[in-house]
Amino acid sequence: MAKKVKVHRTPPSLDMTPMVDLAFLLVTFFMLTTKFAPDEPVIVDMPSSVSEVKLPDIDILTISIDKIGAIYFNLDGKYAREKMIARMGEKYGIQFTKEEVQKFSVASSIGIPIGSLKQYLNMDPELQKTTRQPGIPADSLRNELADWIVFARLANPKVRIAIKGDRQAKYPIIKKVIKTLQDNRISRFNLITNLEKES
Amino acid sequence: MGEINAQGGGDKKGKVRSKKASTKIDMTPMVDLAFLLLTFFMLATTFSKPQTMEITMPEKPKKEEQQPLVNEKKVLTLILGKNDRIFWYVGITNPKVEIANFSANGIRKVLLQKNQEIRNMIVLIKPDDTSNYKNMVDILDEMTISNIQRYALVDITPVEKELIKNLN
Repeated sequence: MAKKVKVHRTPPSLDMTPMVDLAFLLVTFFMLTTKFAPDEPVIVDMPSSVSEVKLPDIDILTISIDKIGAIYFNLDGKYAREKMIARMGEKYGIQFTKEEVQKFSVASSIGIPIGSLKQYLNMDPELQKTTRQPGIPADSLRNELADWIVFARLANPKVRIAIKGDRQAKYPIIKKVIKTLQDNRISRFNLITNLEKES
Repeated sequence: MGEINAQGGGDKKGKVRSKKASTKIDMTPMVDLAFLLLTFFMLATTFSKPQTMEITMPEKPKKEEQQPLVNEKKVLTLILGKNDRIFWYVGITNPKVEIANFSANGIRKVLLQKNQEIRNMIVLIKPDDTSNYKNMVDILDEMTISNIQRYALVDITPVEKELIKNLN
């Protein structure tokens, strides 16, 4: 009997080590796999479709078209972006400083004509968020979008092109974008959509 | 060594007691933090990747190349107009234009029926300037749903614009 009483005296502490191990393992896993969505300058309400093909994570060139028809351009990969802006600057005779290239390489979508890009990159980050971006010109007279696409493909030849249009975007703008792509001999591209909720 | 210990043992009681205290540390705050982070990252992770629709446009034809001719009776033309309306007709000469919408009883019914009636049907999708992107995606979606193999996105011609003008 005496022995039994002794057993009860020890505090009911429990070895937490394996649980903590597991918890930290999971923390590490989620920390490494989480990719925070970058701040997009534009809200795009995508139409839904029955398509179930997933968009790959990397090597994506996104052309976003917002409600009022402004065109935004985004390429992933820091290195590719650096190369792209350097070539773009060359073509339009704009010298970007190292800091500007650096800022551009970590930014997200841009919808700024190349002429005002330098000014935009030197803006305060807070101000950048509130600035209304006019969109990239894609007219036949001055088609900067085409140049961005060409240089993006030079910087990263594996890139896939995805169009992310707002459901309210007017067709003529979409036509303009598709025509730009076709003019550059891109006949295969993706349209980003949401999954259809009800059939 | 032993001696030193013995010397240090001069003020025995306190030191001996402190040695007795267990070397275990309280892990509770650390575990709390670990789980907090775990919860945060679990919730912050986005599992849902956006859906995508692959579309292949025809290559730009070279000038010398002859375009293949198609039987006009096999052509179904869909014109996407204002306010989510679809104008559709079969054939090209003297078409009988009808109006449908995007509901399940609208264009889908037409597509399924025509797809059965006409073998090797070719659908031409012509979005009007007043239509929007959603219409375009929806109609491409209908092509997938109705299992239509041959369809193309084509620019609208002035003749067709005239055609639907009277119906608007």
